[in-house]
Amino acid sequence: MKNLDSLFAAYLIGWGIFFVYYLTVARRTSALKTEIERLKNSQHRSS
Amino acid sequence: MWRRLIGGLAVLALVGAAAYASFYIAPEERTMGLVQRIFYLHAACGLTMFTGFFICFCSNIAYVFWRNPKSDALAVSAAEVGLVFSTVNLVTGPIWAHPAWGIWWTWDARLTSAFVLWLLYIAYLLLRTLVEEPERRALLSALFGIFAFLDVPLVYGSIRWWRTQHPQPVLMGGAGSGLEPTMLKVFFFSILAMHALMVLLLVDRYGLEKMRGEAEIVRRELEAA
Repeated sequence: MKNLDSLFAAYLIGWGIFFVYYLTVARRTSALKTEIERLKNSQHRSS
Repeated sequence: MWRRLIGGLAVLALVGAAAYASFYIAPEERTMGLVQRIFYLHAACGLTMFTGFFICFCSNIAYVFWRNPKSDALAVSAAEVGLVFSTVNLVTGPIWAHPAWGIWWTWDARLTSAFVLWLLYIAYLLLRTLVEEPERRALLSALFGIFAFLDVPLVYGSIRWWRTQHPQPVLMGGAGSGLEPTMLKVFFFSILAMHALMVLLLVDRYGLEKMRGEAEIVRRELEAA
């Protein structure tokens, strides 16, 4: 089982990068949804 | 909502199955042993990165000709997703190189051109943060994106045109190249899984970009009122 640590490190880091990216997209989407809601509310209030 | 959840779970299952095939189904390579299994993630990410950047390139060209904001949204989404695959490719490469070559990195034609490609798409995304006006930002980044894509054929051809530390191509590499049949099947399956993951990420990222456009319109209307 030579180099098992390298194999694990490569797959773990690779999947970690995808997972973190997926989380950032989800977080940005949720923040933007809140922002749009806020903007639409202030638009209704001003009209 | 349900469609997204089922799609996400299907992609997760596909990526998991590809990893299982890489670990347990693909035969062990004679000289490198266990560590060669990184190849199925590393090379599949490299090919998926090319697809992402190609989508970005086509969208950039479409924007230059038709000035459709949807093309710009698709271009930036594909660039960002392609960059993620490029990052995984660049990170897993040295982890494989260290036990196989005894060094983490060398400035050969393939590694250098791949690193330059990564930098070019970072610059593409940075450029977009520097220009405020949406139409101007879209046009400038489209032109830069077309220029950045010129490095893709260079990365692809580098191991074919020059002698490099990086191994020679296993697909379409000419006489003497190729993979053992089971390895080839596992490799194609890994490419399929990575492309499915790319589509999943791209759909989400494109949705975010469309929402950004919507927010910009509401903001403008508020400022005008």
